Amino acid sequence: MSTARDLSIGVDVGGTNTDAAVIDQAGTVLARTKQATTDDVTGGIRAGISHVLAELGEDRSRVARVMLGTTHATNAIVQRRGLDRVAAIRLGAPATTAYPPLLGWPSDLAHLVLAGSAMIRGGNMVDGTPIAPLDRDGIRRFLDEVGQVDAVAVAGVFSPSTPEQEQEVGELIRAHLGADARVFLSHDIGPTGLLERENATVLNAALYSVARAVTEALVTVVAEEGLDAQTFFAQNDGTLMSLEYAEQFPVLTIGSGPANSIRGAAFLSGVENGIVIDVGGTTSDLGVVVDGFPRESTTPRDIGGVRTNFRMPDILSLGIGGGTIVDPTTGAVGPGSVGHRITSEGLLFGGATPTLTDAASLAGAAVAGRRLPEQPAAIADALRAGLAVAHDRLEAAVEALSFGRGDLPLIVVGGGGFLVPDALAGVADVIRPHDGAVANAVGAAIALAGGRAEHLSVQEDRASAIETASAAAIAKAVQAGADPRTVEIVEVLEAHVAYADRPTVRVSVKAAGPLATLGERVAR
Amino acid sequence: MPQTAAPPRLTEVTADDIEALAAGTAVFGTGGGGSVYTSRIVVEQALRERGPVQLVTVDELTDDDTVILMSGIGAPTVGIEMLTAAEQVETLLRVSERAAGRPITTLMAAEIGGSNGVGPIGWASQLGLKVLDADGMGRAYPDAAMISMNVAGLPCDFAVLSDVIGNVSVLETVDLHWLERLARVLTIASGSICLGTHYPMTRETARGAVIEGTVSAAIRVGRALLAAAEPVSAIAEAMGGEILLTGKITDLDRRTETGFTRGSVTITGLGDDRGRVQSIELQNENLVVVEDGRVVVSVPDNVTLVDAETGHAITTEMLRFGQRVAVLAWPADPLWRSPRGLELAGPRAFGLDIDYTPFELGAR
Repeated sequence: MSTARDLSIGVDVGGTNTDAAVIDQAGTVLARTKQATTDDVTGGIRAGISHVLAELGEDRSRVARVMLGTTHATNAIVQRRGLDRVAAIRLGAPATTAYPPLLGWPSDLAHLVLAGSAMIRGGNMVDGTPIAPLDRDGIRRFLDEVGQVDAVAVAGVFSPSTPEQEQEVGELIRAHLGADARVFLSHDIGPTGLLERENATVLNAALYSVARAVTEALVTVVAEEGLDAQTFFAQNDGTLMSLEYAEQFPVLTIGSGPANSIRGAAFLSGVENGIVIDVGGTTSDLGVVVDGFPRESTTPRDIGGVRTNFRMPDILSLGIGGGTIVDPTTGAVGPGSVGHRITSEGLLFGGATPTLTDAASLAGAAVAGRRLPEQPAAIADALRAGLAVAHDRLEAAVEALSFGRGDLPLIVVGGGGFLVPDALAGVADVIRPHDGAVANAVGAAIALAGGRAEHLSVQEDRASAIETASAAAIAKAVQAGADPRTVEIVEVLEAHVAYADRPTVRVSVKAAGPLATLGERVAR
Repeated sequence: MPQTAAPPRLTEVTADDIEALAAGTAVFGTGGGGSVYTSRIVVEQALRERGPVQLVTVDELTDDDTVILMSGIGAPTVGIEMLTAAEQVETLLRVSERAAGRPITTLMAAEIGGSNGVGPIGWASQLGLKVLDADGMGRAYPDAAMISMNVAGLPCDFAVLSDVIGNVSVLETVDLHWLERLARVLTIASGSICLGTHYPMTRETARGAVIEGTVSAAIRVGRALLAAAEPVSAIAEAMGGEILLTGKITDLDRRTETGFTRGSVTITGLGDDRGRVQSIELQNENLVVVEDGRVVVSVPDNVTLVDAETGHAITTEMLRFGQRVAVLAWPADPLWRSPRGLELAGPRAFGLDIDYTPFELGAR
């Protein structure tokens, strides 16, 4: 028996289920489980981890890492629960003053989160020219006036390409409020697009306590189980961050579920480029895997009514799942779903509600080792019609994501995968990887540590702009836990800026790499 | 506007109209005009605080009224980061009134397409002015010379530019080509984004020189889009236009040249349009649609790409490989189809060696 510390536990805390999976260095899944998510989060994590550890037996000592993905931050924003109070400082006056911070937020959320805001002279133009000299005294006055706050969010004009001023202001705030003041800088959070980046930064600052509760839950369970393991959080681009980093950037956990699912599906199937569909009880989430990573959305995302622009996987959600209700008279599909009550309400399980699971079973899919009881002809017809509608919608969604390429494979994961037919127009192959039901937990377990950075420069200096952004992205990846010796650039995006005196380009670079091994992490 | 039946006219714009106005101006943007979102939220806020803005026709202007165009100019990518200063519009109005020698009472959008179609409502609210239910393009165009008053032969007395820092410039140029050239240099020096006024007009000079009813039309199209179960066909109907193709973007070539986004986008048909391919030439806006080597639509006729599901318009800088889109086209205002209109904004004005044929006359 090996005594190597070579196992990783991936945990995915979803709204309904908490999945856990253990994989070894060779990528073999040694144990997996699905447990119910609990209100206190800790319970579900505890159930998931203890279940897979029990399956491992004495191999539990080989566990070196635990990686957690969660929708907790999203839920906190949507449910307005446990959020911290934030002071927002904008650097950019006299520019931007027509648009005060938190403009366009739902008023209840703004009221809950915002302790106060100030538009301070400072910021930079697109070419780095200062808009106005930084008003340091104005910042100090604002901090004195705003009183007790949990955190401070700072957003400076063009800070993604010129971050120095935000960094200086961060130091100034800590010097004024104390070294342990929680300060969040917008260039760490998102790209160009001031309001969206500022929104994301304020949300991030408001999520500190929420994130801390989850990190503590994970640390508690790991300690209870006596595991000598490093702990990480999954972020929404399919890479990992340390717990400290997750506490600093909780907003980056939003969207990590689909990202994990896509990464896990790619890993389990050995497919680096393809379409991934994760079929659950209520919805199917489709994404695209490009060179092993989720394709990112290019349009701003709305979270709890707040428009943000930090990176997110490009996900298409369809109201098609195993529990989706089929109208017994018309065969119409959804939008209702019996969700987790499928095991009591579905026809297959002795219930009275026709669902897509029943339709798939009628068509011959093996579901839970059960056979559909004989149905009246009308209901059987409705189920067949419903399944045809579901297949049409799945096909249209796959086509929408496939770049117009018919040669990409479709990787099917999730508990409702039997809804996807073996042949689908617009894809080369339908692949159903073993352990696909816990692809999201596997995705968390195999995630790399990553970082992203942006730089703006004239076209002629494009190469040096990429170099500058690459160095910053690598530094962020290493800060997130990547091994400095193996971290590499995995993506370079370029965008051109019009109305500049010389052709100007904005580059955005992502770096990622395997985690530094225990005891080998370079001191930062 | 292409509609022949006179639709009900709006007499004011309220905060509740702005979502529809923004969605509509995005469609009218024909690929340009910048992001409407940022304008939308600030205009909504202004109207909630200060109440509706009065919308008037050219006929309703009095002898005491002076209209001026107010617009943003510059790079959309900079515009979403270095936002407008609160004092910028007051400064513009003060300097514009000094240059005009009389009070300005009414604002007009230079272009109804994109953020410049939404902005004037908020600026008018802030300044306590009326808004003319009209604009100078009926869409978005990249060049100051491509404006209806220029087609009508109306000279531009002066223009005022103000930047986020507080710098103000008054330009008295010999024509609009010089205005474009000088305004561009000033804008770049100001950090690639400015606000400006130009073309002071009276009731008499505005008549026949502006494209009327476009603010109402944009709100009407936006409402149709937001309310419809089938948004794309609802927009086509509201615009008096046509859906040319539904498909996905399978090729995209964009580059920045002399301050413009140029290139082309290829759309491969899906569903009923499977087997068809269209490519669109871009210069900030969508210029020409080509299918099987033949020109289907060209400027000054209008082409907008909208999301195939939601109907929301997609600007040229937001186009992405793999997006599902519908290609929408509708006829240009008759002013643009006149010899002078075609000289200023026909295919050759964009350096394209093709003849203009109105697209509904079977260019296909």
